[in-house]
Amino acid sequence: MYFRYLSRELRRRARSASVVAIGLALGVGLVIAVNAAASGVSAAQGEVLHSLYGVGTDLTVTKVPTPGSGGPFRFGSGTGGFSRSEQGQPINVSRLTSSGGLATLSAKSVTAISKLKGVLASTGALSLSSISVSGTFPGSSASSSSNPLSVNTFTVTGVDADDPGLGPLNASNIAHGQSAVQSWFDSVQKGSSSDHLLALVSSSYAKQQSLKAGSTVTVHGTAFKVLGLVTLNQSASSSDVYLPLSEAQSLSGDKADVNTVYVTADSSSDISTVQGEIQHLMPKATVTTAADLASQVTGSLSTASSLANSLGLWLAIAILIAAFVLAALLTSASVTRRVREFGTLKAIGWRTRRIVAQVLGESLVLGLVGGALGIGLGVLGAFLVGKLALPVQATVSPTGLGSGAPGGFGGRFPGGGSGAGAGTGAGRFGGSGTAGRSFAHTFAANSHTVTLHLTAPLSLEVLGLAVALAIGGGLLAGLFGGWRAARLQPAEALRRVE
Amino acid sequence: MYQLTQLSRVFTKGRARITALKDVDLAIADGEFLTVQGPTGHGKTTLLLLLGGLDRPSSGHVIFDGQDLGAMPESRLVDVRARNFGFVFQNYNLMPTLTAQENVEAALVPLRTRAEERRSRALAALTEVGLRERAGHFPPELSGGEQQRVAIARALVKEPRVILADEPTGNLDEVARGEIVALVEGLWQRRGMTVVVVTHDTQVARRAPRTALIDHGALTLRYNRPPTGSAPAGPGRSRPAEAS
Repeated sequence: MYFRYLSRELRRRARSASVVAIGLALGVGLVIAVNAAASGVSAAQGEVLHSLYGVGTDLTVTKVPTPGSGGPFRFGSGTGGFSRSEQGQPINVSRLTSSGGLATLSAKSVTAISKLKGVLASTGALSLSSISVSGTFPGSSASSSSNPLSVNTFTVTGVDADDPGLGPLNASNIAHGQSAVQSWFDSVQKGSSSDHLLALVSSSYAKQQSLKAGSTVTVHGTAFKVLGLVTLNQSASSSDVYLPLSEAQSLSGDKADVNTVYVTADSSSDISTVQGEIQHLMPKATVTTAADLASQVTGSLSTASSLANSLGLWLAIAILIAAFVLAALLTSASVTRRVREFGTLKAIGWRTRRIVAQVLGESLVLGLVGGALGIGLGVLGAFLVGKLALPVQATVSPTGLGSGAPGGFGGRFPGGGSGAGAGTGAGRFGGSGTAGRSFAHTFAANSHTVTLHLTAPLSLEVLGLAVALAIGGGLLAGLFGGWRAARLQPAEALRRVE
Repeated sequence: MYQLTQLSRVFTKGRARITALKDVDLAIADGEFLTVQGPTGHGKTTLLLLLGGLDRPSSGHVIFDGQDLGAMPESRLVDVRARNFGFVFQNYNLMPTLTAQENVEAALVPLRTRAEERRSRALAALTEVGLRERAGHFPPELSGGEQQRVAIARALVKEPRVILADEPTGNLDEVARGEIVALVEGLWQRRGMTVVVVTHDTQVARRAPRTALIDHGALTLRYNRPPTGSAPAGPGRSRPAEAS
């Protein structure tokens, strides 16, 4: 009798029942779609941050150079050093400097950090920029025309081969060349001197310099055999040349120093504690977490994130509330229309709770139907977002953290290392340039921009939430209607003239 | 069966006070057929609702089988209603989404009767009112007279002690009115139930041995047949009590 009465009643007022179900469906569908889009945005953000950090790395530790100390640039002994020459004289110099304007951190810091409570692992990396100038100083028309001055710059990263899962060459950052990376790690770990003179070269740099596996790449006067080519994910911040950390340290003159420490916390809940501990251990260092970096992400990804998290979420909540209110009002209106019906049922002996259960059951069914429709709509919405694969751009600008230090490169390369944003990774010098250009300016203006395609992944949790919302909406409407039905006095109801 | 003493019912609407019933005293015997007559809005329906435990008096008492319905908690009153009273309304008040048979079955739901028994008793009640073949029809598919007969079947299916009918012929044409009055009278005679019928129709009112006349909330009695001292009020039942 209960279900027969319930289903016939819903069929009788099919129109208002449909309005309630569709209203709930729209609300629930929007919640699912917005949630899925927000997950997609979050995943994209994660991918961006991830690529800038390395997988599983929850924090990075860097250090900004002391203002006025001449910036982060350090001069290696180089081949022949740098000295002003007479006009028309040939010049051939090479400099290896700390990349990104970062100051160096001692290797002991890596060990000290790894011993901190809540730290799972830590490893150091040394990012360097190689600048080589060759040719003839301008001034002598004969010599300048025969051998013009040229500048070649590229980035070098020293990677600790003992920690392949952490740092810039971790597996998830590699788009192509995973096997080359693996064999490079294997070879370097063997530890023979020849194995240490192996390098990996980025595919783009290899193309630019016509390098391939087996070629030789010269870094600061030392020849390295190219073991293979590697392409990092589009969103990852790559370097042109990867060397064993010890070799990079040796070439830069920092025998045991690094300039970025990658740290993995035991769990995400430990991150802030670990951040505080590191900061306490190294007061002058900049300890950056993914959350800090996320605030620096700009571009359409940031806009999408704001849209999904603010506008989308509030829109979904607003529609859901509207759907709930609509459901409650229509259920209440239905109870009002059925006053005499309920009065009659009370007169023939039906208990109030039985009548409330009837109203509640009808609303619950509408909630479930609305929920099912909503899941369909939400899945369709998420599918369309995924199908459209809207491109979003994320930019992490290097502004903000570095106070900047006036460069001290003999006046020729002024302004070194201003504004080295932690986590911005390798600021690139952009290939070869011409003499007299401000490389530091090039670096400072550099920001890391990646383009991703937005996805909208669905999760069981979200679908569960949608079902709960639909049932909740139905129950809410039913309770409101039921409350009105319960308050009904049979005599009053029977006196009512329709 | 019923003993009404100093029964009053006052409604307040804003500052206005409307006295629907005023100091009514009435005794109704078990098995009596009583009609209640009076102009519209003078308290007839209010009296019926008080007799059925659907409303509570402002003052005075409605004693049914020794229990004061006005002082009874709602949870117990629901049980008393479900077991003892069968209601028939002027507008039939059938559930439009249920068939004739299901409407009749609805009266057995509060008694927790099993589905099978519900069905057979509902069909028996419909047979008694002559609508066995219309059991599967929905109310809108039935005429007014047929709908009222379904309502009567719903009232008698649980074999109540009292049938309370509020203007059961009010919406019917002359033929249907005659059929319904005959049906109610027949039930009273065959089953010996107590029957109280509210009507404004004098012809209908005179079918009962006694009529309670209500005018501006005050009640007086009219005997439609001379009371015979020792004669039973109904077909072999107890004598009607005097109104004071």
